[in-house]
Amino acid sequence: MSVHPGRAAQRSRTVELGMPTVASDPHRHLRGTESFPAAAHKALADTQLRRNLGHATRTIRAKRAGVVSEVDDWEELRRAGEAIKADTMARLPELLVELESQVTARGGVVHWARDAEEANRIVVDLVRGTGADEVVKVKSMATQETGLNEALEGAGIAALETDLAELIVQLSHDRPSHFLVPAIHRNRAEIREIFLREMPDVDPSLTDEPRRLAMAARAHLRRKFLAAKVGISGVNFAVADTGTISVVESEGNGRMCLTLPETLITVMGVEKLVPTWADLEVFLQLLPRSSTGERMNPYTSTWTGVTPGDGPQAFHLVLLDNGRSNVLADRDGRQALHCIRCSACLNVCPVYERTGGHAYGSIYPGPIGAVLSPQLTGIDGPDDVNASLPYASSLCGACFDACPVRIDIPNLLVQQRAAAVDAHTRPTGQDVAMQAAAIAMTTPGRFKLAERALGVGRVLAGRKGRITSLPWPASGWTNARDLPAPPAETFRQWWARTHGGD
Amino acid sequence: MRIAVVATCLGDALFPRAPIATVELLERLGHEVVFPADQTCCGQMHVNTGYLDAALPIVRHHVEVFGRALDRGADAVVAPSGSCVGCVRHQHAMVARRAGDEGLARAAEHGAERTYELSELLVDVLGVTDVGAYYPHRVTYHPTCHSLRMLRVGDTPLQLLRAVRGLELVELPDADVCCGFGGTFAVKNAETSTAMLADKMASVLSSKAEVCTAGDSSCLMHIGGGLSRLRSGVRTVHLAEILASTDRGNASADLVFDTAEVGP
Repeated sequence: MSVHPGRAAQRSRTVELGMPTVASDPHRHLRGTESFPAAAHKALADTQLRRNLGHATRTIRAKRAGVVSEVDDWEELRRAGEAIKADTMARLPELLVELESQVTARGGVVHWARDAEEANRIVVDLVRGTGADEVVKVKSMATQETGLNEALEGAGIAALETDLAELIVQLSHDRPSHFLVPAIHRNRAEIREIFLREMPDVDPSLTDEPRRLAMAARAHLRRKFLAAKVGISGVNFAVADTGTISVVESEGNGRMCLTLPETLITVMGVEKLVPTWADLEVFLQLLPRSSTGERMNPYTSTWTGVTPGDGPQAFHLVLLDNGRSNVLADRDGRQALHCIRCSACLNVCPVYERTGGHAYGSIYPGPIGAVLSPQLTGIDGPDDVNASLPYASSLCGACFDACPVRIDIPNLLVQQRAAAVDAHTRPTGQDVAMQAAAIAMTTPGRFKLAERALGVGRVLAGRKGRITSLPWPASGWTNARDLPAPPAETFRQWWARTHGGD
Repeated sequence: MRIAVVATCLGDALFPRAPIATVELLERLGHEVVFPADQTCCGQMHVNTGYLDAALPIVRHHVEVFGRALDRGADAVVAPSGSCVGCVRHQHAMVARRAGDEGLARAAEHGAERTYELSELLVDVLGVTDVGAYYPHRVTYHPTCHSLRMLRVGDTPLQLLRAVRGLELVELPDADVCCGFGGTFAVKNAETSTAMLADKMASVLSSKAEVCTAGDSSCLMHIGGGLSRLRSGVRTVHLAEILASTDRGNASADLVFDTAEVGP
């Protein structure tokens, strides 16, 4: 395929991004089919899932804690990461234009995609232009978000995931449940079964020894790497002032995809930017320690445009908005765009650890996903399943402490809960209860009366001294926990009796 | 010192022993305690369920009631709750600013500067760790999430417990993991909350403690509600009640989940 960067760049500049809008989600990768409590109901009952997740998150938490504690200036690094991302978001449009001009100047072609459908169309057309009917893929959340694999399949192009965990997910016709370890919900025995069932030419004597499993995947993938004409990747960091793209990984499979094919197509969420090359110093320390619990990730690939005679000779960068401009427009909410997808918040989240990623419906699970997914899609009324995501947290705050760029996730969850309430098109039972409580809580006389009404609870408790059963929605409490009988005397009654007044 | 007490809505209505113990303890230490009787709630339930507009008048009410108490000579405001103080300190101004009320936001910040969780007040402000308490029981301490991660109380509650005579403090495994309460989360996501509670109860039981204590009645209601349902033989007691107990007995009996029979 011949490339005319100048002409393509000129064309891309004539595309208007238009008013910020919510994400298009052609393959429902940002929105599940049921609410979080309904999905969690099933996940919580899956004892194998619970064991797998408990083991995996506990292991990775301990690794992360170990390598973070050995960095004396970890808090300063976090603050630096936060500051760089805040600066990036404050001038994102100009930095993106700078990135475009640098990539173009170095022989790459930049495409701007308003939403998932446009991004998929651009990539499908580019692959078609090469005549290839198969592509190899580096693990990428952006192309998961757009459902690129489905779009390629619809165009008769096979997309092969080459990240080991992503390959496991793909072979088992599953969905990823974690940013970093998309098959975290599977154990070794399950992976062996998947390989035996789905991998052509696999050795039937395959065991569940990790090395044997990795070698089976290696044999399967090696032929594909050598034959592939097109590689597709995401981005960890894009450097505006040099036009450099960076992908970090552990296996080297990504580097195969980035170096062997003739054409490389990279899809990048517009927030994956850092202003300068020097900024990578901060993030290449923060990311591996936060994600895999390693001091340094084994493979850090960086490339700048096209290098004649070395690596892909055609490079396309697709800049994906898909709701991000809308998030950027929210002064507080834009913090969610600082996320570097390390998954530390997933690993420390007590909710994620118990339900796993699939319960969130979106390919962005966990605390940051519970914020980002409804931010990207918008919340479409009280029955939108994404309205339930911000409530999938006890607001325990472990996510903030783990976040390498100090995203105040608990506050963002509260803000998205407010967005969910604002999206109520008609008053819900919860709305009525909250309004009534608010009236009582701003009128001391009514509050006192409400407290006395609680005395009814003493009748419910009877002689047992505890309440064991209440009607819905309080049954959510009493299904698993007792409530004590309300006291014979409230605090304010005690105060009046012992200290006088009121 | 003159100290205004926030009974907290839950403490006032359902778990009065925690604010009563707070009053008794502070008075025993020689301080004057005042109870601004117009107080209701800090608004945390509304804020954390996403009702930020409805929370605004509740926040305003709290800020006004305790602003008046401070104006009338109170030196500090104390609540026997990490999460209520967390709401006052980290959310009141946010709610006000979101509604465009900068005056209220400033007043909220002013009040928050002098509002303390009980262990903070005792150790960081009053400088006491030995409050003269006697509590002859085997106790484990659950650091509630908002004490730990919103207020950063650190080990101040443990310093206080270690100084209690007769008390055997045992370590709680995975102490810093949330118990699963989370306010309306406990009802809206009851099953996930219960799964978290199951692990917390397992930790409490494995510690062989006879009492699980914490600085928040809400989390104790959750942990204690589960332990009571299982008839586990372990009870939950607010930190204030332990600190208020002396060798002359507890002015307030210490059971959150009373095993004594009560009638209507």
